[in-house]
Amino acid sequence: MGNHSDGSSTSSSTVATAGQHDEGAFQDPGIPPHRPRLADKDPKAAKRAERQVAVLFIVSVIGTLVFLVTYFAIDLTNTSTTGTIGLQNMLLGIGTAFAMLGIGTGIVHWAKTLMPDHEVSEDRHALRTEEDRQAAVAIADTIIEESGIKRRPLIRNTLLGAVALAPLPALAVFGDLGPRPDDKLAHTMWAPQNGKLKRLTRDPDGTPIKASDVTIGSAFHVIPEGLNELESGKLNEKAKAVVLLMRLNPDELNPSKGRENWAYNGIVAYSKICTHVGCPVALYEQQTHHLLCPCHQSTFDLTHECAVIFGPASRPLPQLPISVDEEGYLVATSDFHEPVGPSYWERDEHERRLDS
Amino acid sequence: MSAVSTAEQSTYQAETKFGRFTDFVDQRVGGSGILKEFGRKVFPDHWSFMFGEVALYSFVILLMTGTFLTFFFDPSMAETHYHGSYSPLYNVEMSVAYNSSLNISFEVRGGLFMRQVHHWAALLFVASVSVHMLRVFFTGAFRKPRELNWVVGGVLIILAMAAGFTGYSLPDDLLSGNGLRIIDGVIKSIPVIGTWISFFLFGGEFPGTAIIGRLYVLHILLVPALILLMVAVHLFMVVVHKHTQYPGPGRNDRNVVGYPLGPVYAAKAGGFFFIVFGVIALMAGFFTINPIWNYGPYDPSPVSAGTQPDWYIGWVDGALRLMPGVIGAVDGYRQHFEFIIFGHVLTLNVLLPALVPAGIVFTVLFTYPWIERWITKDDREHHVLDRPRNAPTRTAIGVAGFIFYCVMWAAASSDLIATHFKVSLNDVTYWLRALFFIGPVLGFIVAKRVALALQRKDREIALHGRETGRIVRLPHGEFIEVHAPLNDYKRYRLVSFESPKPLPAQPNSHGVVDRKERRRAKFSTWFFEDRVAPITPAELEAAHAHGHHGEVESGEETKSLSH
Ligand code: HEM
Ligand code: FES
Repeated sequence: MGNHSDGSSTSSSTVATAGQHDEGAFQDPGIPPHRPRLADKDPKAAKRAERQVAVLFIVSVIGTLVFLVTYFAIDLTNTSTTGTIGLQNMLLGIGTAFAMLGIGTGIVHWAKTLMPDHEVSEDRHALRTEEDRQAAVAIADTIIEESGIKRRPLIRNTLLGAVALAPLPALAVFGDLGPRPDDKLAHTMWAPQNGKLKRLTRDPDGTPIKASDVTIGSAFHVIPEGLNELESGKLNEKAKAVVLLMRLNPDELNPSKGRENWAYNGIVAYSKICTHVGCPVALYEQQTHHLLCPCHQSTFDLTHECAVIFGPASRPLPQLPISVDEEGYLVATSDFHEPVGPSYWERDEHERRLDS
Repeated sequence: MSAVSTAEQSTYQAETKFGRFTDFVDQRVGGSGILKEFGRKVFPDHWSFMFGEVALYSFVILLMTGTFLTFFFDPSMAETHYHGSYSPLYNVEMSVAYNSSLNISFEVRGGLFMRQVHHWAALLFVASVSVHMLRVFFTGAFRKPRELNWVVGGVLIILAMAAGFTGYSLPDDLLSGNGLRIIDGVIKSIPVIGTWISFFLFGGEFPGTAIIGRLYVLHILLVPALILLMVAVHLFMVVVHKHTQYPGPGRNDRNVVGYPLGPVYAAKAGGFFFIVFGVIALMAGFFTINPIWNYGPYDPSPVSAGTQPDWYIGWVDGALRLMPGVIGAVDGYRQHFEFIIFGHVLTLNVLLPALVPAGIVFTVLFTYPWIERWITKDDREHHVLDRPRNAPTRTAIGVAGFIFYCVMWAAASSDLIATHFKVSLNDVTYWLRALFFIGPVLGFIVAKRVALALQRKDREIALHGRETGRIVRLPHGEFIEVHAPLNDYKRYRLVSFESPKPLPAQPNSHGVVDRKERRRAKFSTWFFEDRVAPITPAELEAAHAHGHHGEVESGEETKSLSH
């Protein structure tokens, strides 16, 4: 057992561990005796507590009044600036807070100081007694017996079949929640219409962009010509068609085979919809030529056809092939050659179709 | 026959008007019986039991403020032009939903306040449900007979997140639209049916014109109704089981010790509702939450750097951030995490982080009571809680899970962490990726050590009393610190717990120890091998016989703790 005062704890501590069961545990001393509070002993203290509770309730009344005065006295119709609204909001908050906290703290204070605080003990009862269980089983047996469901399997099986099928219409009626996806995700507004190439225009006002406007280092947020004039579905089209336009030194671009003439004098256009889960990739770092998506920080390298260099995206941003028209405005020579935005099950199929 | 039934009726005649009224109702609904059953029902009290109450009360506040908002909110996605009093957005094109949210904020008196209370209450609701769940886990309150109520609680936490997310999307501002866009991207990554689900949810292509209306029905009808139903089931079970209690003198698994419902407990609990309401009102009055007018209407194009989802969505968003999409150099070796299989796209860079961490968290959450039951073979009812230190392995598991969650949560703010501490964003991500795997393990080890150390400290105190800080000099010159002995009640609190030993593999009914049972025994060893036993009366006597100072060996039996 060693020396108790040297502080070393030996591992041969048989005393401590040898069965908490046989060595016996401590006797439960029972609920501690009630300790009277100040207000239990001293009538003056009780009176004081009573007054404190009343004051708290009065505070609540004042809070309610503050709320009402704020609501009716501050007129939003002619002076409503964010300042007055902020002020009204704050005063409504203060009023409500006092109204509620007054009642709440008052009641709790009352309970804590003046209501009896004797702890009491109540017995728990079994959630289920054996007697009940047997009675329940007997009842269940009777019910099953009287229904005859066990004796008549034909009824049981046809019922099961009917019940299993009955919910199907309930599923089927949801068929019109949406249209078939088909290949809608694969096409954008950039596709030339009746042989006319779409101009690149500024987001949001839709003015066309001359190649000469795009200086080295600058970046434009771009929407297709005609987007603003759409009668319906404008946001749907915008959600696929937004593009970032930037100009680099042509030597810094490394176009792959087949993409050599997708840029114009170092001006390149890339889809702004992140290939991760679709946020707008809208941060352009001029020095590094990186595009950054603010949602999950996917980073794309403009000098490598927007290949992913960091973050959760797995595919490069799709490039929009561009050129200039006879008036010098930038145009898209075709739609994207792959679906833009996040991946989806049928995407590869669509991409192969677009590419051919 | 009528003679018999009239003979049973009471002949009581109330004296006052109020008395006659209550008697009238009582005779028709049997109120006396209800009051007799519940009026003095005993409820144990402890500060940690408050979180469930906070959750319930903030839900009530959500119902009240949400109902107010429905009177003014219009969930249409039709286009309109803003002509309200907030001048920066004057004549801007936007959806009717966003327009009506602006009007609630600027035109409806008290409308902004209601939106603020609603949003703060929502944040507090999910927070209190979460902390409540942690309390239940760490004290072992999920053990028999409360396993099913733990499951109901798990469903409630999912519903709470669903309520929050659907609500956050309603105003159709830039941020909420971006949130929906992310959800859409995640849905599209689901194999085979993802594209179809997306089209069915949005009624066509994103964003379409249907989603806000659909989310509205979910938000104000379906989800709250389910929450209400689950809360009713939850509370019903609490009444059936009666509340658990912390260990202490006079408390055991056969009784429940506390205050009677009326008047003390009801007063404290009822008063607390007003306190919760008051605190939320203060937050709503002083701290702006979701100033949608600053964000502008939803538009798929503008930037939104540094913005955050509501806190309870953060961990899912963070998981999305942590997963690399490609590794390797742009012009060297590269591994993509998107695969093309038989011409179809499997985009694991989205699918894995969206499904796996949440899958792990919720699977463990829902099955934990049965996992522990299987390991410990404990089929007894437990109504006395464990102090977390007295169940070191469970506590360590809980801490590991908590850290797992927190790493993902932190990842959702990786850009803010980077700008705040002026470090590279990529480095923050690399560190968090490492922590994602290492953090839970470290958390497990540290939490277990801390729990065991606290248990040893409890032993010290139970044996030698509390340190008083008073140093005295003994006649032979030694200095000692005076220890004040504990009274029986305080000591009982420190010694009344079980410290089970690992349960070796047991033969089954055929007398053989099967493989599964051997595996269970291994888990049991892992669960219980590091243990500190409560002191026994004999030890206390021995300690007293040696005088009131010095130490006694700690009564532990561990594989690794030999000093
Ligand atoms: C069950 C828990 C609930 C949670 C967690 C929750 C959460 C939210 C959140 C975070 C918002 C965005 C608020 C904003 O900043 O504008 C919101 C909006 C809204 N909620 Fe709830 N809510 C809940 C229940 C309800 C209920 C029961 C109703 C109605 C009966 C309701 C009605 C509304 C309405 C109409 C809005 C849109 C108002 C606006 O944006 O101006 N909510 N909810
Ligand atoms: S959406 Fe761009 S990184 Fe996630």
